[in-house]
Amino acid sequence: MHELEALDRVLPFAVLLLPLCGFVVLSLFGEWIKKDKEDAGAGYMACGTVLVSFGLAAWTTARLYGLVGGAEGLRFSQPYLGFEWIEAGGFRVPLSLLVDPLSAVMMLVVTGIGSLIHVYSLGYMAGDDDRPRFFSYLNLFTFFMLLLVLGGSLPLLFVGWEGVGLCSYLLIGFWYKKDSASAAGLKAFVVNRIGDAGLILGMIFIYHAFGSLDLVDIADNAGALAPEKLWEIGPVSVACLLLFLGATGKSAQIPLHVWLPDAMEGPTPVSALIHAATMVTAGVYMVARLAPLYHQSATAMLVVAVTGTVTALMAGTIAIVQNDIKRVLAYSTVSQLGFMFLAAGVGAFGVAIFHLYTHAFFKALLFLGSGSVIHAMSGEQDMGKMGGLRKRIPWTFWTFLAGTAAISGIPFFAGFYSKDEILLGALTTGHTVLFGIALFTALLTAAYMARLLFLTFFGAFRGGHDLEHHVHESPWSMIGPLVLLAVGSTVSGYALFPGLGEAGARVRLPEVVQPVFRLPAEAVHHVAWLPAAATLAAIAGGLIAWYLYLSMPELRASARAALRPALRIFEAKYYFDTVYDAFVRRVVVEGSDALLWRRVDAGVIDGAVNRAGTVASALAQALRPVQTGFVRHYALLVLAGAVALVSYLLWS
Amino acid sequence: MDAILFYVSAAVAVASAVVVIAQKSPITSAFALIVTLCSLSVIFGLLGSPFIAVLQVIVYAGAIMVLFLFVLMLLNVKREEDAPGRGGRTLRGVALALVTLFVLQAGAVLVGAPAGSAPRFDASTRRMAEILFSPHFLYVFEATSVLILAALVGAVVLAKKEL
Amino acid sequence: MDHPAFVQHAVLLSLVLFGLGTLGVFLRRNVITVLMCVELMLNGVNLAFVAFSRAAGTLDGQVLVFFVMVVAAAEAAVGLAIVIALNRHRDTLDVDAFRLMKG
Repeated sequence: MHELEALDRVLPFAVLLLPLCGFVVLSLFGEWIKKDKEDAGAGYMACGTVLVSFGLAAWTTARLYGLVGGAEGLRFSQPYLGFEWIEAGGFRVPLSLLVDPLSAVMMLVVTGIGSLIHVYSLGYMAGDDDRPRFFSYLNLFTFFMLLLVLGGSLPLLFVGWEGVGLCSYLLIGFWYKKDSASAAGLKAFVVNRIGDAGLILGMIFIYHAFGSLDLVDIADNAGALAPEKLWEIGPVSVACLLLFLGATGKSAQIPLHVWLPDAMEGPTPVSALIHAATMVTAGVYMVARLAPLYHQSATAMLVVAVTGTVTALMAGTIAIVQNDIKRVLAYSTVSQLGFMFLAAGVGAFGVAIFHLYTHAFFKALLFLGSGSVIHAMSGEQDMGKMGGLRKRIPWTFWTFLAGTAAISGIPFFAGFYSKDEILLGALTTGHTVLFGIALFTALLTAAYMARLLFLTFFGAFRGGHDLEHHVHESPWSMIGPLVLLAVGSTVSGYALFPGLGEAGARVRLPEVVQPVFRLPAEAVHHVAWLPAAATLAAIAGGLIAWYLYLSMPELRASARAALRPALRIFEAKYYFDTVYDAFVRRVVVEGSDALLWRRVDAGVIDGAVNRAGTVASALAQALRPVQTGFVRHYALLVLAGAVALVSYLLWS
Repeated sequence: MDAILFYVSAAVAVASAVVVIAQKSPITSAFALIVTLCSLSVIFGLLGSPFIAVLQVIVYAGAIMVLFLFVLMLLNVKREEDAPGRGGRTLRGVALALVTLFVLQAGAVLVGAPAGSAPRFDASTRRMAEILFSPHFLYVFEATSVLILAALVGAVVLAKKEL
Repeated sequence: MDHPAFVQHAVLLSLVLFGLGTLGVFLRRNVITVLMCVELMLNGVNLAFVAFSRAAGTLDGQVLVFFVMVVAAAEAAVGLAIVIALNRHRDTLDVDAFRLMKG
């Protein structure tokens, strides 16, 4: 093991702070950097910071991997500023970063895929006047996300958590002149906030139990707490459940998933970065980070697993009836996040991170690909108007195909491996029902993704003559990242990382991050028929879509008639939005107006103040007759006072 | 001998005081007040303060009351009105009650208090002068002269027809 | 001259004079008469001072009486000047006529 040099101490902070500098410079000088519509100086600068950050992140990982190789990771405090972030009584929170296998993986994903998306945005957002603002927000988001994954203690994680929520709001509502965009941004922020309340309460419980909010301290000491069996709700379970509430908000699980589909109002690169690859995975990261704690609470684990599975199923069913290309992908994201939580809930935390990793590749690819399609369709997002695009935009088509194969779980593509491991984990830990549902959802996934593929790229063009003329392939700044991501979607499943396992062996990603969770080593199970079953499900889903959309379209009508009631529920998104509007928004907004504003504020508070004035005035009116104007009366009062005083002095 | 003088002067003083407050005509009241002052002067002398006795006659009876009479003559005051004015009856009743209360209380306390008098002591004018011009009272003495000056100027200004 | 009861009775007399003076202030309606009753009160006080001075055997009481007289004189002068000014204004010497402070 080498000693840590000064450079090693600076590197993680450099990774973190570069994008922040990018944000600061762009927000202050952005307009000046961008000279005219064609000049993309702001964009180049933003890409530059994130690319350099990625390079530094890779360098950090490489250097430090020689030193650490274990669960401990390396803690970095900020020594240069010479102050603690919070110091109040016995409560201390230093500015410290934690670099261990888990945060290294996340760091690479954020900066790597982030930089690809930055480059893509150069092409996608070309011609938009507000580019400096866009790129400054992207950089700011990258900074906050890095803070989230690199933060060494829960408060720092929380700062990153809130920060990415803020950036999500800013970026969803980027085209703020559009009412629906602003509303969507606000919805995202408010729903997230509800989850954040749970997160804060969870942090308080953790502090109470551990006396510290440092991540390494929590991981080290979690094993010492009494484990809580199923339905035994003790402090550990309460903390885990509260934190999970925060995760449902950030990672769009039931019941706080309602913001993610609406978030598609933002530009497509935003959807790719924030709502596919990074921000929404923060919930999964947090649960994985606190795995030692969750392991102690059987109730919390079950809740996580069930929530994930139910969400996955529900989102999958909604996805098959969506017509907007981005909405399908949004619900797909919710569904895949459900898979990740299922994995975490059954104890396979490493697998959850594995799926997070592969999902980042193919979901970003799918979103960017859809962005390319939208670009070709001159902004049209309705799949009903697309069709037969595969000959016209071949690059987009082939990369999109790779992504679809990956998400459906076709062998040799990345998604197959991670999804397979999830199903394996559910089956071998005895959650047979959850396994069944997950398998069915895998079928659904293949089905709706194939549907999307067929509607968009196959068949006849349905968009009309004018749009047909404008269909064109996207520029290289957009195609390049697509190609790279397609390669990633394929190989990331079986990529072996040399030298990162025990004794320098080559290991796959789950083993890379496993030591962080401090779980007891378990025997590796193998279920022989599982890969075959999963592949069959995927193919079945694809075939269903093939029949319904390409081969025998007339079947669609009868299928739709047969499933009418179910379809109605799916199209209404299970009435979540309606219920929330009626019971939450109405109650809070209108109730506040009627009760709190009118009655309390205007009535009680204003009334009290006014009445104080009236009382004073009335009192003065009542006392006026004492001033009669007769001097003799006044003299009499003086005499009376004097007599009283003298009597008191004489007789006291 | 002194006792008779004392009690006679006391009786005269009280009688003329009653005249002062009960008489209708202000001029009669003024003259009655002069009588009171003079009888008080006698009592001052009997109590062993000749300087004050003389001062009483010269200053009080001789100057202040003369000033009162001047003003009464100037303003041509004749008789006072009869009607007691608004709230007069209640006023009188309350005032009488309060005063009686006060006097009786003070009286009850004071009856026991000063026991007799000190033996013969030097109360001459020379002695008075020594005290008045001593550092103890000198400042006050000079201050009162300024006070009189102020009163003089004030009276002139206030009574002028036009400033 | 050394009659022991003089002092006590002088004090009682001063009380009576003071009381009568106070009564007079409230009972009379002519401003000048009221001022005269105030002088009566002051004389009562002077008598008390002299009596106590006699009882204590010092001259301090008499010195005080001296100053009281001076101030009484000044007060009478200024008070009468004010009365003259009031009379010029309203042509009446009734205490109850000056009610501008009502309310």
